Amino acid sequence: MKFLVCISKAPDTTSKIEFTDGDTKFNEAGVQYIVNPYDEWYALVRALELKESLGGSVTTITVGEVGDESIIRKALAIGADNAVRVNAQANDAYFTAFQIAEYAKANGFDIVFTGKETINYNGSQVGGMVAEMLNQPFVSLASKLELNGAAATINREMTGGVEVVEVNTPFVVSSAKGMAEQRIPNMRGIMAARTKPLEVIEPAACEDLTSFATYSLPEAKSACKYVEADNIAELVNLLHTEAKVI
Amino acid sequence: MSVLVYIDTLNGSVAKNAMEAVNYGSKIGSTTVVTNGSISEGDLAALGNVGAAKVLVNRAVSTNDASQITNIVAAAADSCGATTIVFSQDLTGRAVAPRLSAKLKAGLASGAIALPSADGSVKVNVFSGKAFGNVSFNSDKKIISLTPNSIQIEETGGSAVVEEFNADAGSASLTVKDVQKQEGDVLLPEAELVVSAGRGLKGPENWGMVEELAKTLGAATACSRPVADIGWRPHHEHVGQTGVAIRPNLYIAAGISGAIQHLAGVNGSKVIVVINTDPEAPFFKAADYGIVGDAFEVLPKLKEEIEKLKAQN
Repeated sequence: MKFLVCISKAPDTTSKIEFTDGDTKFNEAGVQYIVNPYDEWYALVRALELKESLGGSVTTITVGEVGDESIIRKALAIGADNAVRVNAQANDAYFTAFQIAEYAKANGFDIVFTGKETINYNGSQVGGMVAEMLNQPFVSLASKLELNGAAATINREMTGGVEVVEVNTPFVVSSAKGMAEQRIPNMRGIMAARTKPLEVIEPAACEDLTSFATYSLPEAKSACKYVEADNIAELVNLLHTEAKVI
Repeated sequence: MSVLVYIDTLNGSVAKNAMEAVNYGSKIGSTTVVTNGSISEGDLAALGNVGAAKVLVNRAVSTNDASQITNIVAAAADSCGATTIVFSQDLTGRAVAPRLSAKLKAGLASGAIALPSADGSVKVNVFSGKAFGNVSFNSDKKIISLTPNSIQIEETGGSAVVEEFNADAGSASLTVKDVQKQEGDVLLPEAELVVSAGRGLKGPENWGMVEELAKTLGAATACSRPVADIGWRPHHEHVGQTGVAIRPNLYIAAGISGAIQHLAGVNGSKVIVVINTDPEAPFFKAADYGIVGDAFEVLPKLKEEIEKLKAQN
């Protein structure tokens, strides 16, 4: 089985979110980048588990510039066999999906894994787009995936519950909580990652369909209004007459 | 301008977030709604009240198959000449909107929280609710996926024309084997009121008071990550960065310290009430109302006071 895992970088959760250049650019000064948690904890680790029990290979693909190689090495340290970096800035989900689909078409994978969304753009876009471009089924928001030959049984989140679906490889799946448990890379993995293949390819021609014109920050919250613990009637009164939410 | 709105009605009714998407579409242009499954004609005609002029319903596809639904929506967009297509950013919207974007080469703005501005750009949530971005489109056709609970529905009092829509959806790409319905009356992702609790409650046996308060309010219940991880509560209740992100009108958090990962899932809430014994809990910085106190005493009292309020009104 050949598995392809889409890996994106994301600013560490504790990063201060600020913008520069007239609010058109994310201020990267002092920002620590991590592997997007959904890509790492759920997509990558489940692909590795399947490889360990069924054999095969796990390749990661990242659309990004040379600075992204530290997070790609992290994915290799966790256990991916090899990595591909498409040498381009990922500004638009369609552009990113197009690059991944082109690579997947040329190399043929049984399952393409993505995370549910990135924690910086929260778009949930790339997986579905790749599936359409590959003309393959797309199972979104999977919380469990078992593979038996070419037939996969997948639990996915649905409005009001969980749905168990069956789908045959090849397909694209986006991974949510429950798929796998986070793995911490060990020293041996970190050492091995240094010499694992990281292929850099140039992007295929594709136009962006969208761009972020500007960014803004929410208005600062006014200070918390404290209510005494023995005066809950006052809290209920505030929620009813001031906040008007009950 | 012609607008098409896809709504998921597979559980047999029109959810509030679906009505929001229809109402949103009707403020952009003349709105046709497309859906699939066995929902009643009366429920669909009633969408006129939130701004739909026409509703197309495909009865043949009754599963949530992203590729089939994509084909139906693409055919509907073609038939009504829609240049803007609206989804709700719900679980179905997340699966179908990107497929449709790739199929039509139409830019997708996901997580919209406001109507398009004069220049056509759309304000969306980014950085897990910590910032907003204005998405501009480089394509003629546009797809907008609307964050649930981000607009006020305005009723128009109209009624929509309902038509069967038998577009070829292609063959099924997956089969549904089983559906496990979530317990509880109010579904968390679309709830307007949410009562949530964390490790401060000391054990799963103490959740009765959380559930009772939620029931009194008509709220959904939620929890923090540690509580879901140790199995006190089901995973689908976990709100936060790696769980569900919600934006209810009211979020009541008891015994949750407010780690940044938890805030990432709830900072879109309109009003946050924090109950914690520790006055230094970081959650108070994000709260609108705070009570430094013991959840075991505050939650039952809060339920009592809300009952009193309900009795008066």
